[in-house]
Amino acid sequence: MDSTVIFTVVSLSSLGALSAVILYVVAQKFQVFEDPRIEEVQNALPGANCGGCGFAGCRNFAEALVKAESFDGLNCPVGGASLMDDVAKLLGREAVAVDPLVAVVRCNGTPTHRPRTSVYDGIPNCRVAHSLYAGETACGFGCLGLGDCVVACKFDAMYMDPVTELPVIIDDKCVACGACVKACPRTIIELRKKAKKDRKLYVSCVNKDKGGPAKKACNVACIGCGKCFKVCEYGAITIENNLAFIDSTKCVFCRKCVTECPTDAILEINFPPRKEKVEVKASDETIA
Amino acid sequence: MRKKDTRVITNKRDTVLKTFPVGGVHPPENKLSAGKAIVNLSLPAQVVIPVSQHIGAPATAIVNKGDVVKVGQIIAASKGFVSTNIHSSVSGKVNKIDLMPDSSGYKQMSIVIDVEGDEWIDTIDKTDMLKKEVTLSKEDIVKRCLESGIVGLGGATFPSHVKLSIPPGKKCDVLIINGVECEPYLTSDHQLMMEKSEEILTGVTILMKGLGVEKAMIGIENNKPDAIEKLGKLTEKYKGITVHSLKVKYPQGGEKQLIKALINREVPSGRLPVDVGTVVHNTGTAFAVYEAVQKNKPLFERIVTITGKALAKPGNFRVRIGTPVSSLIEAAGGMPGGTGKIVNGGPMMGKALGSPEVPVVKGTSGIILFPESEAKRTKSNPCIRCSKCISVCAMGLEPYLLMTITERALFERAEKEKITDCMECGSCSYVCPAGRPLLDYIRLGKSSVLKMIRERNAK
Repeated sequence: MDSTVIFTVVSLSSLGALSAVILYVVAQKFQVFEDPRIEEVQNALPGANCGGCGFAGCRNFAEALVKAESFDGLNCPVGGASLMDDVAKLLGREAVAVDPLVAVVRCNGTPTHRPRTSVYDGIPNCRVAHSLYAGETACGFGCLGLGDCVVACKFDAMYMDPVTELPVIIDDKCVACGACVKACPRTIIELRKKAKKDRKLYVSCVNKDKGGPAKKACNVACIGCGKCFKVCEYGAITIENNLAFIDSTKCVFCRKCVTECPTDAILEINFPPRKEKVEVKASDETIA
Repeated sequence: MRKKDTRVITNKRDTVLKTFPVGGVHPPENKLSAGKAIVNLSLPAQVVIPVSQHIGAPATAIVNKGDVVKVGQIIAASKGFVSTNIHSSVSGKVNKIDLMPDSSGYKQMSIVIDVEGDEWIDTIDKTDMLKKEVTLSKEDIVKRCLESGIVGLGGATFPSHVKLSIPPGKKCDVLIINGVECEPYLTSDHQLMMEKSEEILTGVTILMKGLGVEKAMIGIENNKPDAIEKLGKLTEKYKGITVHSLKVKYPQGGEKQLIKALINREVPSGRLPVDVGTVVHNTGTAFAVYEAVQKNKPLFERIVTITGKALAKPGNFRVRIGTPVSSLIEAAGGMPGGTGKIVNGGPMMGKALGSPEVPVVKGTSGIILFPESEAKRTKSNPCIRCSKCISVCAMGLEPYLLMTITERALFERAEKEKITDCMECGSCSYVCPAGRPLLDYIRLGKSSVLKMIRERNAK
């Protein structure tokens, strides 16, 4: 009886000790050295894994930051400048100033502006609808209104407006991660430079048709007439494929193009009301 | 004591008829326009001819605004090997070359011609006389197919000259002619087989010569006994051609299904019929080839079925390419009140049109008008794991799984599950008791996987 107990204890203890030695040796032999700073940087990052930096997740981004010689092209849009400063301090490098961005929806095709010509009763998924046909309106470029971008947004910064049937971006919540830009099959959403007081000035249209068909499909379509291009003194406006585009890095918000646009395709948002003009702009409804 | 078997086999032929072994459905046939003689549709005032009506590179327009063109004149030339010519279907003046909406509503480059008279180019033999003797050589037949802009008229619009050019190192021993027309409602091929039997058989002979094969098999479903009988009798006079009656089952018109049903060969995943020594052409294509080779007539018109339960005069029309769908509906008695959907193609695989003001193209086999009550989609409910979609899938896939993994954007998994083998026949969506939009998601998954593969290959 006693010998059995002793035998059991001794054999199990020696087995345990042997295993411990093997494990220790293996752990030493196969140890992977990991820069402890990666962990530190990762903890500093927001942890949203949104992919806004261009990497698969915060961990990959942290690895890239630690490895990188300079922070050129590396930016976490969620954390912004303050976070990048912190990370730079942590790693003893120089932070590169990056302009904060914000997403804008470049379509103003509300049911009043853009009459519906057919009814889509397929699955509520923009990519499916986009691959099937031009959509419920005569415009084959504009918003389909099925909300892929809203589903893609991880920051609750978007919702579908039931009246305009267009997505709305909540500026305070938008971190410009670009998930909605990727989700939209028609690349309607664009990341633009964020201005003070959330002011925005952009061509709210992506229709590349000629003026006639574009205007027929939607009242507020850009017809590519070039008036804004002529009036812009800062070279911020380009016209390609019958579509005007305002470069947000060059635009100084003089707002001359807005009054010049014959179809009200250029939206000005969050600006103080103009003095001499009393009329209410159509843009009001997209501010939400 | 054993009970006596009281079951009666009503149609003994059903038990021995050939068909494909995996999956398939049998939707109500609704062939409303069956037996309606082919009528020439009157010329419209204007035609819109897209430069891309085939799979492959779009043709390049070779006419300019203001040019006067004749019927049968080349107006857009093929660019690259997988591409084909586009001919004018009317005579008149080129109004403009511009972006015009096609059947999907998206705009594509098209040639708009204002119709003036009906003047054909001189080389076309306009007579109705049957010309059986094939004088052209093998190479010339392939060349003529390209020159005449022949594409697969079953709906896929794959350029026929490409199919006739067997890649080096591959062998083809039998030509299969698809007279199945398994889609409900459609009757254009059936009617053509009845009215132009000899022409089709001559076309088959030409295709056989073009391919260099001695044997051709025509597959026709058992719901067209008149066509089987007529062609069957006539083939006695044509060497190497046989007609085979097939069990009625959708999607038997699918290339791989038809090959399996007729010659019991299986086309491996991701391969072409030519890899198992066969090529499949449609009866409509055989007729177009006959006209191109024997009558020198390029492909500028086709037979289109216009049908619908509420339509006054469903029928089969010979329509010039570029004619608006609306004028076809007009000819069939006008748009009935309460029409919910206009479907381009068959009810299983066709797509709804956004507007009737789009042109009939080479791939338009039928136009179906559905009343609102039939046009509605059922509400999508959760999957009940009944596995009906798996049993009907003719490609042996698992549609419920493909849908779920597409919803979750797991495209690598979708590739492993062979989502690219799906031919989008729609049997799964048709049979699903929960009304799940299986095909919509599978299409999305398939296109995403194909895009992924393209990107990977580009690297």
